Amino acid sequence: MRAFLTGLLSFRRGPWENLATVLIGLGVVMLMQPFALWAFTWSFVVTLTGTVMFIITSHFPE
Amino acid sequence: MPDLPADTPVDRLARATPPTLARKVRGLSDRTIAWIFVAPTILLLLAINIFPLIWTIRLSFTNFRANRPNEPVEWVGLRNYQRILTDPDIWQTMQATAHFLFWTLFFQVLIGFTLAWLINRKFRGNDLMTTLIVIPMMLSPAVVGNFWTFLYQPQIGLINYAVEFVTGIPASSFTMLGSVSLAPWAIVIVDTWMWTPFVMLICLAGLRSIPDYIYEAAEVDRASKWRQFWTMTIPMVLPFLMLAVLFRGIENFKMFDLVVLLTGGGPGDTTLLSSIELKREAFEKWRTGYSSAYAIILFVTVFGLASIYVKALNKVKER
Repeated sequence: MRAFLTGLLSFRRGPWENLATVLIGLGVVMLMQPFALWAFTWSFVVTLTGTVMFIITSHFPE
Repeated sequence: MPDLPADTPVDRLARATPPTLARKVRGLSDRTIAWIFVAPTILLLLAINIFPLIWTIRLSFTNFRANRPNEPVEWVGLRNYQRILTDPDIWQTMQATAHFLFWTLFFQVLIGFTLAWLINRKFRGNDLMTTLIVIPMMLSPAVVGNFWTFLYQPQIGLINYAVEFVTGIPASSFTMLGSVSLAPWAIVIVDTWMWTPFVMLICLAGLRSIPDYIYEAAEVDRASKWRQFWTMTIPMVLPFLMLAVLFRGIENFKMFDLVVLLTGGGPGDTTLLSSIELKREAFEKWRTGYSSAYAIILFVTVFGLASIYVKALNKVKER
């Protein structure tokens, strides 16, 4: 956990990409789940944030 | 031996080229020449892919209707996105798409890998068997959609009679394509039938890339067949399997033709996949701005999923 936070603060690719991956996955689940309309409503924002973050952070140093 | 005077068409062209132009061309760096070769492709890519994408993003913030090009176009901001993401009908189409996507991938990977594993063994008629299995994916979706509609017919269709033969349920007592509970499974069956061979071929390529000496070494170490399968076969085929899932996942997220021919999105909205709904909004209701926003939502979802999937694939390949 500590290594993850240090990686985030020092703008390392690994932890930021992992965070973006979690956001994209969460967004897709929210988009397609059959339980809550509010989750569907906010799914696009979450997916878009994750995708943009992924594109940016894939240019960070290893 | 003295050189003979060259007189090929290229030589004649070289002699005819004005010296100033020849000097200019000779003076270009390798980098510039590379750019000259690549530029037409980049321009084509920009014109065909990037420009329509940017134009769609722009349209998604307007109330533009393609069937009324002379009407003034209003900037509506995020209203289209807001409407789509609070619409229970769109939510329903996403759930139908998720059902279709999950189960088709599940069955195609399961059956495709099993077939590849069986076909990979050496037996008589192996090549003929492979050819026969691959036939469905060579057919046009229009053909497949039409003949499966006949197969699913409750009065004359083979499927209903097969079900009657196996279970005893009367053939005319149910319709696969007309029933709310059966129609989503009917489209899953057809897509699985059509595209499992594709997954099988990719898995077969993976299985055939594993060298025999690895298995021989495992035999020497007295590793059981079960252990060989889980610790050698599966990890070495995994990148191929993931590639197959990526291709089929993207394709099935965009699935349109087969489902339109089979059910047209019905009964009710049970098989109304997101791409069918998108087409209705764009070319039946002519809400171009709204449908552009819908297309952008689907694009971002597929792009995001493909990004993380490619990352996972690279990690597996690095192992």
